Amino acid sequence: MKTLFSDLYKKLNTGFWPILIVFAFLVVGSISVYLSPRSLSAFLILITTPLILYFMKINMKIKIFIGLLLIIVILPVLGIRNIFYLEVIFQMAVFAALALGLNIVVGMAGLLDLGYVAFYAVGAYAWAIFGSKQMSLLHSIPGAAPANAPFFLDPRWFWLFIFLGVGLAAFTGILLGLPVLRVKGDYLAIVTLGFGEVVRVLALNLDKPINLTNGPQGITPIQRPPLPPEAVMQVFRNLLTPLVGHPPTDAEFYNVFFYFLALVIIAIAILVATRLEDSRIGRAWTAIREDETAAIAMGIPLVKMKLAAFAAGASFAGAVGALYAANRTFVSPETFSFLQSIGVLTMVILGGLGSIPGVIFGAAAVVLLNIQVLQNFSLYLSELRQSDAVIPIINFAWKNLSNQLDPAKYQKLVFGIILVLMMIFRPSGLIPAERRKRELVEDKE
Amino acid sequence: MKQFAASPVYKFFLFPIGQIIMFALGSSVGLSLITVLLAYVFKFNVTNFDLVERSLLILPQVVINGLTIGFVYSTIALGYTMVYGVLEFINFAHSEIFMVGGIVGVQLIAYFEHLGILATLNQYLVIALAIILAIIISGSLAVTVERVAYKPLRGAPKLVPLISAIGMSFFLQDAVRLILSLTTGEFNVILPQFGTFDEFLLVALPGMADPLRIQIKSVIIVGIAVLMLVVLNFLVNGTKVGKAIRAVAQDRPSASLMGINVSQIISITFLVGGALGGAAGVLFALKATKLDPFVGFFPGLKAFTSAVLGGIGNLTGALLGGLVLGLLESFAASYLSIFTNGAFGAEYKDIFAFAILIVVLIFRPSGLLGETVGQKA
Repeated sequence: MKTLFSDLYKKLNTGFWPILIVFAFLVVGSISVYLSPRSLSAFLILITTPLILYFMKINMKIKIFIGLLLIIVILPVLGIRNIFYLEVIFQMAVFAALALGLNIVVGMAGLLDLGYVAFYAVGAYAWAIFGSKQMSLLHSIPGAAPANAPFFLDPRWFWLFIFLGVGLAAFTGILLGLPVLRVKGDYLAIVTLGFGEVVRVLALNLDKPINLTNGPQGITPIQRPPLPPEAVMQVFRNLLTPLVGHPPTDAEFYNVFFYFLALVIIAIAILVATRLEDSRIGRAWTAIREDETAAIAMGIPLVKMKLAAFAAGASFAGAVGALYAANRTFVSPETFSFLQSIGVLTMVILGGLGSIPGVIFGAAAVVLLNIQVLQNFSLYLSELRQSDAVIPIINFAWKNLSNQLDPAKYQKLVFGIILVLMMIFRPSGLIPAERRKRELVEDKE
Repeated sequence: MKQFAASPVYKFFLFPIGQIIMFALGSSVGLSLITVLLAYVFKFNVTNFDLVERSLLILPQVVINGLTIGFVYSTIALGYTMVYGVLEFINFAHSEIFMVGGIVGVQLIAYFEHLGILATLNQYLVIALAIILAIIISGSLAVTVERVAYKPLRGAPKLVPLISAIGMSFFLQDAVRLILSLTTGEFNVILPQFGTFDEFLLVALPGMADPLRIQIKSVIIVGIAVLMLVVLNFLVNGTKVGKAIRAVAQDRPSASLMGINVSQIISITFLVGGALGGAAGVLFALKATKLDPFVGFFPGLKAFTSAVLGGIGNLTGALLGGLVLGLLESFAASYLSIFTNGAFGAEYKDIFAFAILIVVLIFRPSGLLGETVGQKA
């Protein structure tokens, strides 16, 4: 079975086949999404195109061209026809950036961090507190805020806050790292978990003595950065109207805007992660991961390198946090629960610890599973519930199935199964890291 | 005297009970003294009432609450510490084993109520049956989890079984929720009212105007927990299986060379730890009265903190750690609000455990009673 697949893969990956396959996916995917914007399978075809592109052996220039065509032209245009897809891709990008950050800590440096969303929360709350009316409501009781309170900062400050988010999160990472890096392995995991919970509980309860986070209600509205000037917008509007079928509204433009913003952040994240991996620091992290004692003996400054890993990983989350707060215009403590930390960890594990293409794939797959596949399964179940169908052997009528049984809410089940199965059957992930592959090859000789 | 010290009655009964009483008394008195001292220090900051008087007024109740929850933590912590002893890994799914025990126990009691015999049965028999059922289910679940999720991973790098355990924990939470909500959609389970557990025993203390009010529940929880701790002590220190468990914990390869079936001993360890966790679940349910599939998370983490606080891998340490943590939490929940004049309150008690954990790991990673575990951790 395995050889059959690898033979097929090899055969399809020679001559003109690869380019043909990629084009087939691209064209079929685009047309089917264009024609039926609500179909899940059409979207799945389109969204697997980048994956196929990654695996096929094509001239690098053509690869980049096709990739850019897909990302810059096809997806936004199709996305305006069905805004939901842009939302899905936005989430994929957000989680991919988070997964890339966590990958630095867990995959490269081998420090299991179970409280990663804490840094995400730091970035998000930084912009949420200063980019909303919260600063002028510090002394009012949550929920009883005066309606005419002014916004504290101009929305254009957002651009600064992305960088501030990076800095703040990195600082928090160092702050956490300093005391806890003395502990190792599974202790570290529990301490970081505790830290994640501490941040969440603080966000939940810091509505008194001064109302900093507005407690469980969360902060809203948070300002978005302004769209480009009207003249530029008019050009885009004219350009897109025939393609989309109606003049795009500002709300739709915002979706495209955040989509591109997320893409820029993910591009920078990929760049930073790859450069880090191949740098002196990256090699030091690998050494620490493989054998701490040997790493110290080789003269690697252990604490400094671990702190660097924490700070670098956290900074990704900080930037994404600010982006997320602006996109949602709302943050609440529930977004930053332990479940979310494990979700990001699941993405890293599924894709492959330490593998940059792997974790991006993992993030995309888990997001897709969460908000597309499970949703559709929920819909299917509710259809079954309304029918007269019966499960044959145990004679259980679908009608008696509880309304509360909504697969979309069973993320924990999915994450749990993925984690256990991956650990047992393929601990190196679906797209294992290059370095691990090299290590495996060397072992054979 | 020497003869008496070696006799089984002393070794397996008097000594452990004495130890428990000593730990309980020692930590309560110590923390009470610290609190009163703090009350004197902060006295002048607050003007509208006498801080010392007010602190003393609620002190006995705080101590009793702390001891009750402390014994539950101790019982759960033993599960963590035993598994850590033999496998050197954190059984993250232990909090779910605990949760399953509680839910199974409550469901049994609810079933009795459904049958209409709850009121006629002896209340202590009902509790005993619930605990026995919880022990059986939780014990076998723990062994199953070990077989499925941890056994294939022996010898893998340390993070691998830990991640698998986290996955198992998440899986169990939602699986229980799925089973509970399959037909009715309701996944909260509520302990039916029965017996005289909510009533108070009145104990007149010399020198105090009001008699001390102790809930019967608390007495039962502490009593059962002490009973289980004594049985566990006998099992680990007085039987051949216990000897084998200790041998495996000390040196697995050598134990295996001595003819001990290591994987069987590991299973037994999970069985014992799971059984304790299940029983603790029922005790917790008695106190909390309302459970849901996600209830295990915080008690589990706090129990783990207790295990670390006492020195992980050390059974006596887990007991002491649980008591200290339960008391600390109870003190924090009651006094934080009084001492800070309402600025911070009981809502911070959940993160209090983490603060303690971090402090312990920084200043004394081996815990209160543990030996150096530098390389283990």
